[in-house]
Amino acid sequence: MKRPATPVALAAHVALRAMAGVAVLALAVLTGVILGETPLPWSTVWAALANNLWNAGLPVDPIDQGIIWAYRVPRTLVAAGCGAGLALAGVVLQALVRNALSDPYLLGVSAGASTGAVAVTIMGVGAGAIGISGGAFLGAALAFGLVAALARAAGGGPAQMVLAGIAGSQLFNALTSFFIAKSANAEQARGIMFWLLGNLSGVRWPDVTLALPVAVAGFLACLWHARALDAFSFGSDAASSLGIAVRRVQIVLIGAVTLMTATMVSLVGSIGFVGLVIPHAARFLVGPRHGRLIPAAALTGAVFLIAADVVSRMLIPGQVVPIGVVTALVGAPGFALILIRGRVRG
Amino acid sequence: MKIAAHDLGWAARGRPIVEGITLEVASGETLGLIGPNGSGKSTLLKLFAGIAARARGTVSLDGTALSRMNRRDIARRIAFVEQQAQTAEALSVRDAVELGRTPWLSPLAPFGAQDAAICAEALARVGMADMATRSWTTLSGGERQRVHIARALAQRPQVMLLDEPTNHLDIHHQLSLLRLVSDLPVTVVIALHDLNQALGCDRLAVLEGGRLAALGPPREVLSADRLARIFRVGARTLTDPTDGVTQFRFHCLEDQP
Ligand SMILES: Nc1ncnc2c1ncn2[C@@H]1O[C@H](COP(=O)(O)OP(=O)(O)OP(=O)(O)O)[C@@H](O)[C@H]1O
Ligand SMILES: [Mg+2]
Repeated sequence: MKRPATPVALAAHVALRAMAGVAVLALAVLTGVILGETPLPWSTVWAALANNLWNAGLPVDPIDQGIIWAYRVPRTLVAAGCGAGLALAGVVLQALVRNALSDPYLLGVSAGASTGAVAVTIMGVGAGAIGISGGAFLGAALAFGLVAALARAAGGGPAQMVLAGIAGSQLFNALTSFFIAKSANAEQARGIMFWLLGNLSGVRWPDVTLALPVAVAGFLACLWHARALDAFSFGSDAASSLGIAVRRVQIVLIGAVTLMTATMVSLVGSIGFVGLVIPHAARFLVGPRHGRLIPAAALTGAVFLIAADVVSRMLIPGQVVPIGVVTALVGAPGFALILIRGRVRG
Repeated sequence: MKIAAHDLGWAARGRPIVEGITLEVASGETLGLIGPNGSGKSTLLKLFAGIAARARGTVSLDGTALSRMNRRDIARRIAFVEQQAQTAEALSVRDAVELGRTPWLSPLAPFGAQDAAICAEALARVGMADMATRSWTTLSGGERQRVHIARALAQRPQVMLLDEPTNHLDIHHQLSLLRLVSDLPVTVVIALHDLNQALGCDRLAVLEGGRLAALGPPREVLSADRLARIFRVGARTLTDPTDGVTQFRFHCLEDQP
């Protein structure tokens, strides 16, 4: 690929790409707001947005305005944040673990977050003090710690990490089921199972103020370390001899991954396949260098999850299909396609 | 830049792998590291690079201990070509060489035209300029080795640590790499198996069972007695009549009566 020669040209090049990315994202969000069980005309959506964003005072049916502003906009924004966060988590884990299969789902981070969130929800463990997101974070951190320790004890290679992750996921999924069986009543249990499959229908504005800052902060942390992630291509010894403070970078980035995964799981449940498939799709589009891969994965993930959410709302009229079902329905064949084309490393 | 080791040691599960290595490599010198398989050459090079966990002893650069420098400052001075470093990423040759610029860059000082020129020059020096866009996974073993060396050159180090860099290379590239290394105005520590190639180093260090068995000029170090004891080979010295340079001809000791 051609590289701009001067610093000014480079800055212009980067700014142009960033603007294009933001434009695509905005378009995706708008589409997500327009489409739904009850299709709303473009003019109504525009008026509702204008009224809420800058008090335009346009005439709109208050019910339509409510649907758009209180329901569809936050839902679409949270979908974007979750898609970006999970995709970034996958990119970082694949680079640090050096295994094509790594993602928050497979390494047990999602399972740990679910366990933490469920423990807080139904057993009231520290409920007041830490909240569901806090519980999810602790669960995710605990799960990753256990998985990493087990992988290390088993020899510490990429394959060991994935095997330990599978063991960790199983353990924490079992713990979640155990908590539900032990403490939840039938209605609670049904609700939790529905949430675990991924569900955005309960999303409101306060969730946006959690999801978006975490996604943006995670994105910036990953982008800041793009070169360090590149340096891990030949292993952590090679990264170290290229001047990377390996331990510090691992701690910062694993922390970011845990935070993003835990936040997204606590908001929308555990959505599989995004963290695994989107990084590969993005690599397919822009190549393996993280300076480009990180923005591409974040954008692809955001757009993908908005689309998945729209499909989950429209697939069966009058009924919402869990978004995790949709991502897997699209993700599995997508992943198969990438596998067949031989672009998956590992 | 002078690199010095004092009482270096490393153990795996309580078993000493490298022990009590004290030596100094002068600025611009090429030190050859020889020894049988498993004698600790790769481990010693890792210790020199400061990337082995739980190391004993100290390594210093011009008198400053590595333990008192951060990774980036070390990487601006020392480049390390590992014996085996692979990736499954679809990196291009140019991507891999650009990794060498890592210690000189930061998010606020991104890759620039000068870095691109340094990388292009490094690629040209190992004869890989026309393969810059090839994908790593499609390269042959020798081509990969040359890319690693170009990456190390792009790091613009003052010390190069090379672990069997002539491995996988055809004879032309072996000789041209050795010439390149000895022409560079940098301090080099190079692990080698070919003792005739080792003759070209300024000094040789012989490792045996993780310990320094000998250190000195090649022709003193490679005495018939030592070759027999450590490498289990007999050697006859042959002289090239055109220029009087001598080479070894080896034979396996078990094969001889
Ligand atoms: N992480 C480790 N755990 C246990 N043993 C190790 C480890 N690393 C190296 N060793 C052992 O230490 C010894 C020295 O290994 P090293 O790789 O330094 O040898 P070498 O001289 O480079 O050999 P070669 O000529 O085959 O490259 C070997 O016996 C090896 O099995
Ligand atoms: Mg070795």
